[in-house]
Amino acid sequence: MSNPSKVTKAEDDTQGRASVAGARKPGATFEPRIVAFLCKWCSSAGSDLAGVSRIQYSANATPITIPCSGSVSPMYILSAFNKGADGVLISGCHPGDCHYMEGNYLARRKLYLVKELLQFIGLESERFRMSWVSAAEGAKFAEVVDEFVEDLRVLGPQNRLKAKR
Amino acid sequence: MTKRTGVFVCHCGKNIAATVDVKKVAQELAEDDGVVFSEDYVYMCSDPGQTAVIDAIKDNDLNGMVISCCSPTLHEKTFRDASELGDLNAFQCEIANIREQCAWVHNDMEVATEKALKITRASVRRVQHNQALEPIGVPVTRRALVVGAGIAGIQAALDLTDAGLDVVLVEKQATIGGNMLKLSETFPTLDCSQCILSPKMVSVSKNSKIKLMTESEVESISGFVGNFKVKIKKKAEFVDPELCKLCDDCTPVCPVAVPNEYDVGLTNRRAIHIPFAQAIPASFTLDEEACLGLDPVVCGKCEEVCDVGAIDYDKKPTVTEEEIGAIVVSTGFDLYGMEHMGEFGGGRYPDVLDGLQFERLCSASGATEGHIMRPSDHKVPKEIVFIQCSGSRDPENHCAYCSKICCMYTAKHATLYKHHVPDGQAYIFYIDIRSGGKGYEEFVQRSMENDGVIYLRGRVSRVYEKDGKLKVMGVDTLAGRNIEIDADMVVLAQAMEPSKGTAEIAKILKIGRDKDGFLAEAHPKLKPVESVTAGIYLAGAAQGPKDIPETVSQAGAAASKVIALLSKDQLAHSPTVAKVRDPWCTGCEMCVDACPYDAIALVDGKAHVNEVLCEGCGSCVGVCVRAAIDVKNVTQLQVHEMISAIMA
Ligand SMILES: Cc1cc2nc3c(=O)[nH]c(=O)nc-3n(C[C@H](O)[C@H](O)[C@H](O)COP(=O)(O)OP(=O)(O)OC[C@H]3O[C@@H](n4cnc5c(N)ncnc54)[C@H](O)[C@@H]3O)c2cc1C
Ligand code: SF4
Repeated sequence: MSNPSKVTKAEDDTQGRASVAGARKPGATFEPRIVAFLCKWCSSAGSDLAGVSRIQYSANATPITIPCSGSVSPMYILSAFNKGADGVLISGCHPGDCHYMEGNYLARRKLYLVKELLQFIGLESERFRMSWVSAAEGAKFAEVVDEFVEDLRVLGPQNRLKAKR
Repeated sequence: MTKRTGVFVCHCGKNIAATVDVKKVAQELAEDDGVVFSEDYVYMCSDPGQTAVIDAIKDNDLNGMVISCCSPTLHEKTFRDASELGDLNAFQCEIANIREQCAWVHNDMEVATEKALKITRASVRRVQHNQALEPIGVPVTRRALVVGAGIAGIQAALDLTDAGLDVVLVEKQATIGGNMLKLSETFPTLDCSQCILSPKMVSVSKNSKIKLMTESEVESISGFVGNFKVKIKKKAEFVDPELCKLCDDCTPVCPVAVPNEYDVGLTNRRAIHIPFAQAIPASFTLDEEACLGLDPVVCGKCEEVCDVGAIDYDKKPTVTEEEIGAIVVSTGFDLYGMEHMGEFGGGRYPDVLDGLQFERLCSASGATEGHIMRPSDHKVPKEIVFIQCSGSRDPENHCAYCSKICCMYTAKHATLYKHHVPDGQAYIFYIDIRSGGKGYEEFVQRSMENDGVIYLRGRVSRVYEKDGKLKVMGVDTLAGRNIEIDADMVVLAQAMEPSKGTAEIAKILKIGRDKDGFLAEAHPKLKPVESVTAGIYLAGAAQGPKDIPETVSQAGAAASKVIALLSKDQLAHSPTVAKVRDPWCTGCEMCVDACPYDAIALVDGKAHVNEVLCEGCGSCVGVCVRAAIDVKNVTQLQVHEMISAIMA
């Protein structure tokens, strides 16, 4: 493969920026790790729009794109917590707007039960969040992530379901 | 099979490389299990970039690859095509989005690089479990269904037959034509509505490729794009259109009078009637609800006078099943009910009319033969008030949206009024004037200047009757004063709403509606005539308020989409569908209930997926307690792998 053009590193002024910019640097505040399941049609597209609009938000949430919020198995959520996630976000189309007609209704009913279950097994239910973000709501997506990160900072690290290795 | 995964990290010029250390991503991924090739490149999607991908697949014998670049909505197809050119199955190629979801939304290079690594690594772990898949080929029925025969449906049907396709045109009323039939003259050119519509209606009736079914509705649908089966219910055909000679011997003997829909209730018609003289099909028809003769003891007069024996009270409704490849839905609009506008006297005073009623008063084919007079006393109104945005743009009480056409038709109404009543005065209350369209602004200006229409900017608070006049109380916000007009007639520019039954047809066809109840397009900009369901397209006012030119263009667009679709011998259906692991399935049927497409059924006690119906939404995956069902290439194993990659 031919040589890539030389890439300059981001200017040093980013160092000085507060909040997320300092993520996971020594001495920084607690940086929660979030797994974000985004439905392909609405929320993933919404996060794309946030990108196109260059809206800056926390880097703590790593996205996994899935066909529909209705396809999320409760096992995904438990698995993420088990592997050490501090928070799990599921984001789908607004109720009534599901690309697959009713998948998100299904998700809502089911995930409500998951929330109950998490509480029952002693995990703060705030660690699991559902949001509705449409393809047109880039700013909302950024807000949802930022808010979640702030809330998780208050809660601190999740150890209840994390596998002890 | 040993994993031979390739990773390609794109700089996207500086779009990605400015915040993500792309070299580091490529270098670190090179160390991952199964990764045999990992490189960064300045523009992956460019021609040299794609060539590099193709060469790398061949040179390294790759059996999976991840392109770490922009959103898959942009270049998934590009790279999957390149993949095929390198003899790697398209479905062995996945996109990791490190631009929109990473580089563009973070500014710290260290943090963004770390996230880009996770995103890319998750995709690598996923693709290592991807299966090679081939699109599912589905044969096509080269026949279209058009639901609703207003101008939208008529135009779509004619365009479709021009391309050699057969069409089933279903209309619930007794004649085709829809709301345009009721219009007198049309803005912005003031040509007579029927003069431009009737020839098209006749073309429909003379077209041997169109199977016209009036007084019919879609009852149910099964199947999928290219291969729908549609059940259509036709009301009992009490009058045989083949025999009916249009002699009109029957209406004088009919004892029943009911409001005439075609005249928007301004006149009455008999139970047996022809909707209007140029109706298509050209035949009398019997209104089942109004007729007394269905009970032979009570009446039966029209049958007695019908010389040709065209009338038969014993006819029953019929249901036919049609095989259809694609569907255009053009079920149109209704005006927002006058009963909602109590404050303006809507539904209360006979001389407070809606826009369509006013069209009928202006129309030569209307009850008054084109003379504008008050329904209450047949006097010519000398002061007339038009109220725009009646029921529109009022999220608190009525419809939130702008109905788009009423500014224009109100200007038209005022102009027509002045043509009919030169010594009369027309007033228009408006919020602002929306006249975007070719020649539209000029049309509105003409009505102000040539026809002396007085435009009053402001809202009307109340309309009430006093001493034989309609007192209109409003404000003129530009002059800052209250206005009181003693009007003879008030016309409300009612909001356009989806026609009655839109919710039902949307449900039957499994297409979505927007927040206002109109049929929802798949994408507001890029897929304006597609519904969310493959093979079903939208046209006309059913999708949102629009005028005739826009309706006709949309109908043409929908028809051309259908023509393109049905020009193929086979359709390709995405192979990323659900698959059952038989030994794990207990036949509990949770997935059968959850599937929105009725794609799963129990076969020999196990869930079985109809791959052609399945859209791969994964609703079944979410509910299966035994984890016995998966969507190909987004299996639960793959999701768990991705989670591990992220949390590592
Ligand atoms: C007062 C007024 C004045 C207007 N003046 C103008 C003008 O001057 N110039 C202009 O360009 N536009 C004008 N318009 C707009 C014009 O009327 C519309 O753009 C046009 O009629 C839309 O056509 P359509 O085919 O989409 O809908 P419609 O005309 O509403 O036709 C829909 C058809 O579908 C049928 N249908 C509905 N549901 C079903 C079902 N479930 N199954 C089968 N059939 C069904 C209906 O019976 C109807 O025949 C005016 C509108 C109004 C209200
Ligand atoms: S088109 Fe004009 S009259 Fe109709 S709702 Fe919009 S602004 Fe009001």
